[in-house]
Amino acid sequence: MTGNGRVLRQEAENQLSDREMAQEAPRRLEPSPFEWKDQTGPAVKTAIPGAIPTVAIDVASVTKSYGDKPVINGLSFTVAAGECFGLLGPNGAGKSTITRMILGMTTPGTGEITVLGVPVPSRARLARMRIGVVPQFDNLDLEFTVRENLLVFGRYFRMSTREIEAVIPSLLEFARLENKADARVSDLSGGMKRRLTLARALINDPQLLILDEPTTGLDPHARHLIWERLRSLLARGKTILLTTHIMEEAERLCDRLCVLEAGRKIAEGRPHMLIAEKIGCQVIEIYGGDPHELSALVSPHARHIEVSGETVFCYAFDPEQVRVQLDGRAGVRFLQRPPNLEDVFLRLTGRELKD
Amino acid sequence: MWKLYVAALPANGWNWIAVWRRNYLAWKKVALASILGNLADPLIYLFGLGAGLGMMVGRVDGVSYIAFLSAGMVATSAMTASTFETIYATFARMRAQRTWEAILHTQVTIGDIVLGELAWAATKASLAGTGIGVVAATLGYTEWVSLLYALPVIALTGLAFASLAMIVTALAPSYEYFIFYQTLVITPMLFLSGAVFPVNQLPSAFQHVTRVLPLAHSIDVIRPIMLGSPLVNVGLHIGALCCYAVVPFFLSTALLRRRLMP
Ligand SMILES: Nc1ncnc2c1ncn2[C@@H]1O[C@H](COP(=O)(O)OP(=O)(O)OP(=O)(O)O)[C@@H](O)[C@H]1O
Ligand SMILES: [Mg+2]
Repeated sequence: MTGNGRVLRQEAENQLSDREMAQEAPRRLEPSPFEWKDQTGPAVKTAIPGAIPTVAIDVASVTKSYGDKPVINGLSFTVAAGECFGLLGPNGAGKSTITRMILGMTTPGTGEITVLGVPVPSRARLARMRIGVVPQFDNLDLEFTVRENLLVFGRYFRMSTREIEAVIPSLLEFARLENKADARVSDLSGGMKRRLTLARALINDPQLLILDEPTTGLDPHARHLIWERLRSLLARGKTILLTTHIMEEAERLCDRLCVLEAGRKIAEGRPHMLIAEKIGCQVIEIYGGDPHELSALVSPHARHIEVSGETVFCYAFDPEQVRVQLDGRAGVRFLQRPPNLEDVFLRLTGRELKD
Repeated sequence: MWKLYVAALPANGWNWIAVWRRNYLAWKKVALASILGNLADPLIYLFGLGAGLGMMVGRVDGVSYIAFLSAGMVATSAMTASTFETIYATFARMRAQRTWEAILHTQVTIGDIVLGELAWAATKASLAGTGIGVVAATLGYTEWVSLLYALPVIALTGLAFASLAMIVTALAPSYEYFIFYQTLVITPMLFLSGAVFPVNQLPSAFQHVTRVLPLAHSIDVIRPIMLGSPLVNVGLHIGALCCYAVVPFFLSTALLRRRLMP
């Protein structure tokens, strides 16, 4: 374990340095409104090497069962400080369970978890002082106003009313809720509630953010706004652990991700690496005919074929030939596109089997 | 396991205040309705029973029946206010409203939350008990200054019943189960503790039960204070109430840890 740990740490450091090179320009789409924090800049840049933990989360061989049902099964992964790490997986894969374990809210059956240098769950409270959480289901105080929600939540971190009131304006600005400060939360839209939850998670100026499906159920505009907010947090050196069902979200935001299925890790890596590795060719989506007939027709030119409902996904090493086969067939429509993370997800978690 | 239980206990002596203040803020928005709600029930008892039965009963233990009853109602209203707060409102904050989930994502522990909720329930109990006391004092059934002395006991009564109810909250799968606690524990307690008639009117077998009931201990202190009669065994009664406040606190924290952190 120690040898392995060192390798992981080394890997984490490498990631950190090429992130720093890569992130600066593209990540900062606009000046961050969070000037109160920016003065010191992201921790990774000012730190003396070795002075801050380079590993934010270390999950080592964790297993958990509810009754005799295994929910997490020998899971290990490491999240480097400053990176955005994604957890993907079908419903019930154990994503929320592992995030709860990282927070010390659920005790692992076996295995070790270290978060921000602190063993969890035994000293989870210490870790939680420096963590911000966006849970899968909103738990804002509906009868309170936006401002009151922030005020009440800041007190849980032992902040004084004055301290909280000093940060509220920048949090509201961050969440683009400046003119909703005195609106009751029950009157906000889903996207606003989610943004408020995100702002609330930042009240203790956390190093690490744990976001469980932060954009599920939001419209595309609301989603893009959250993505942009998250990117500005990454640019400020925050570490993010993100679970999501939205592949575009994972592809855009995550430096690395891990795909879970039934509590096991079935893949891990950088999004584009996973796409190259698991798919690595053009994808042609075909629909408007009998899917089995269509798949038989194109299979000689395909590396792999998946059928989902009425759609045939053809992973084609020779897309030209596939198109030739399909051209002129009445009612058949198709679309050729580069592979994306959704293909990886579907491929790994088995389209027909699961849904 | 033991280590995890210790981690669930209150982290320090002041985290609970944040929880109390959250509840206070929520209450402030509906304060008037809440106060009226908490007072209406015991007042109806007080005047309904006091006027009706008072005429038939005449004097009890040397005082008018309604004065006797008012002391019982002060303790009883503290009991019901804190019990109801803990079983219904607290349960809602734990389950449907997910308030506790949000709090547990901060540095506040389960023990801190339980402490904050108990303190809050005791606050509401003090309001309710004092409210009845104010009515009694206004009508001349007790001295204003006696009410002041009774206040700490009213608060302790609230704390003890909140603590007991927290065990029920920790165990109940859903709201439906609270009715059992109400009908099998709280209502009989009212009649067995000397709130509406003197304990010596009970069959002797029941009088043994009375000796361990928290409401009886509470009334045995509050009534002499309010009626200006001599206090006996104060240490025993206060000690018993303290046990009812402290022991269930540790038990319910353990139960809630198991329930919320599976
Ligand atoms: N307290 C519990 N008791 C029993 N089983 C549980 C408990 N919590 C979770 N589970 C089970 O554990 C499995 C993993 O649940 P989890 O919520 O971690 O999945 P998820 O990956 O977050 O799913 P989703 O994408 O739907 O949010 C599920 O099968 C769920 O039913
Ligand atoms: Mg989940």
